[in-house]
Amino acid sequence: MKFIDEFRDKELAKGILKNIEKTSKRPVQLMEVCGTHTVSIFRYGIRGLLPEQVKLLSGPGCPVCVTPNQDIDLAIALSRQKDMIIVTFGDMMRVPGSTSSLQKEKAEGRDIRIIYSSLEALTIAREHPDKRVVFFAIGFETTSPTIAVAILRTKEEEIKNLFFLNSQKRIPPALYALLQSKKLNVDGFILPGHVSAILGTRPYQFIAKEFDKPAVITGFEPLDILQGIWMLIKQIEENRAVIDIQYGRIVHENGNPLAMQKIEEVFVHDHAQWRGLGSIPDSGYRFRESFKTLDAGHFDIEVEPPREHPECLCGEVLQGIKTPLECRLFRVVCHPENPIGPCMVSIEGTCHTYFKFY
Amino acid sequence: MCLGIPGRVVEIEKNVAKVDVGGIVRDISLDLCPDVSVGEYVLIHTGFAIHKVDEAEAHETLKLLRELAEAT
Amino acid sequence: MREDKILLAHGSGGKLSHDLIEQLFLPKLSNPFLQPLDDSARITNQNGPIAFTTDSYVVSPLFFPGGDIGKLAVCGTVNDLSMIGAIPAFLSLSLIIEEGFPISDIQRIVSSILESAEEAKVQIVTGDTKVVEHGAADGLFINTSGIGWVRSGTHLSGMNAKPGDRILLSGFIGDHELTILSRREGFKFQGDLKSDCAPLNDLVERMLHVSPNIRCMRDPTRGGLATTLNEIASKSNVGIMVEEEKIPVRESARGICELLGLDPLYLANEGKLIAICPPEEADRLLEVMRNHPLGTDSAIIGRVTEEHPKKVALHTLIGGHRILDMLTGSQYPRIC
Repeated sequence: MKFIDEFRDKELAKGILKNIEKTSKRPVQLMEVCGTHTVSIFRYGIRGLLPEQVKLLSGPGCPVCVTPNQDIDLAIALSRQKDMIIVTFGDMMRVPGSTSSLQKEKAEGRDIRIIYSSLEALTIAREHPDKRVVFFAIGFETTSPTIAVAILRTKEEEIKNLFFLNSQKRIPPALYALLQSKKLNVDGFILPGHVSAILGTRPYQFIAKEFDKPAVITGFEPLDILQGIWMLIKQIEENRAVIDIQYGRIVHENGNPLAMQKIEEVFVHDHAQWRGLGSIPDSGYRFRESFKTLDAGHFDIEVEPPREHPECLCGEVLQGIKTPLECRLFRVVCHPENPIGPCMVSIEGTCHTYFKFY
Repeated sequence: MCLGIPGRVVEIEKNVAKVDVGGIVRDISLDLCPDVSVGEYVLIHTGFAIHKVDEAEAHETLKLLRELAEAT
Repeated sequence: MREDKILLAHGSGGKLSHDLIEQLFLPKLSNPFLQPLDDSARITNQNGPIAFTTDSYVVSPLFFPGGDIGKLAVCGTVNDLSMIGAIPAFLSLSLIIEEGFPISDIQRIVSSILESAEEAKVQIVTGDTKVVEHGAADGLFINTSGIGWVRSGTHLSGMNAKPGDRILLSGFIGDHELTILSRREGFKFQGDLKSDCAPLNDLVERMLHVSPNIRCMRDPTRGGLATTLNEIASKSNVGIMVEEEKIPVRESARGICELLGLDPLYLANEGKLIAICPPEEADRLLEVMRNHPLGTDSAIIGRVTEEHPKKVALHTLIGGHRILDMLTGSQYPRIC
């Protein structure tokens, strides 16, 4: 497949790894922010190939992992209402809320369906005019424009039975919050390639300018990741800190202005709750006045008070402060068949990755 | 958070393109990426084209990768 | 038959039941074992161990590119018998049909069963039909149990793998489950993908002929290649190492997997097998497999090792390593 296979070349990988070995003179800790990077790194066994002194830390860029219990509990409560259809992306099905999950509710007979594209929500709503359809929408800036388009179309086409439970988040404010934490020990950032296809480079400038750390916007094929790592190490060795683009075939400085405009038509920035990180200013969205009628967040229903397992370490794991190996539940009680926290559910969750890797 | 795959545009009708990924052709929305022609490549995420693939840049990156791999 | 839809009465044992058997099943499936329509079929024992297996088929949708539930029901059970080195001989056929199910669809499925049974050289010797209320079965459920004659001298088992053995795979993985998933979820796409559903007994016959010391064979159905390899590693208490670049995946299957975030190593197949054999027999075995229509894309994908017992490791495309676990839960398509 074009633009994929060329970036998986084994011989080139070997050569770049040698170059990384040659270039990195001191121990470095690099944070890969994006969950899809975590999966790619794991899938190709990149960690094991890097020299000892280059360590990769997984960041909070897993929208499944950072969705707070209360959002999932609300989705579950909605699914239990009469004549309600919940639609969501497959990623969310197994995430545990306080006492249940969408997958468990589906097994109990609730109408919960997986969709692959936000526009399918409109089709389902049209096909079931007698029911209410709620789209439990998660994702970062890669996905948010697609959700915005769905919302705009819903309004245009006057679809009256489709609503959106918005749990989307924004990456740059989360990075800002992370960088402010004194516990963070990161020398450079591998930035998400597809989020950046939308955002461009401008929203990340604070990483270099305010915090003096280098960051490279990186693609997802193994050669992309290796090149991104090399570019970061080069900057660190040369004491530079700029926002650079490795993923030039997709990411341009200005991002995708049309996509960002769609988001802005529908949403206003708002603070949002991140599992494990708490409330982060500006890191989420709320609906603009003219779209408020589509907001499922305001349905008047009872939701159980949110509860997290007191020994679940997902919060610290997400910040890179602790590893899953330090969690008392890891492997003993918490494993992919019985996940206690989101880091174990999501295939890109750190705990899930550790479970499979070690 | 960003599953995206490049595919080749084989047909366009209004704001929907038929995009070929490894022989599989799917309908993809061009709402976020309207300025696309048949034969070009786009990055697909959840049924939408979210950015065009810059082929010149792709070649440039491959060139750099080869240089990186050989510079030892 | 006058009716065009199945009625509850068709399952009650009375006139309509007899009509169903005589007018729908017998004309197509008749053979000397079935014809008497006694409560049981009489089969003459051959000397030697008998293989006996059962499987139920609940696939939805019932019809898909490359096959249908009928074909699956025959091939699946034929393959289970073949995997332990038995020659499949007789099948039972049990149907649970939903009231209101179109008779024309049953006719289609029965034709398919007949075709597959003929291809696999097995006979349907006994059967049963039940009808349940609308909604109690997803259209139609089928159970087939199978009897086969174990070839003398063969002791194929998942417990037999030894360090040094080679692992062979008979072709492209993922096609079946991707086809079903696409149909069920209404994935519209143009492409050449279809289920690989096929009876493997003829291929197995050729393989055993040229490589009598094959340790074990398995067909990677639910859970895919990775799960099956894990089962073997566990039972044999050995490690398994596979090379990602050797594993055959069709271009179109790769395309869908990349689009949906699915891993082909965990997808179900219905016409593929894994064979584990001593290293000195591998090349010859591969040649024989490749010369068979159901094995043209066969490959040696890995080997059995003393290292990391009970674990399966993948040597990745770029030379890294990762552990391939069993499938946990089911694979959902992802956006992340």
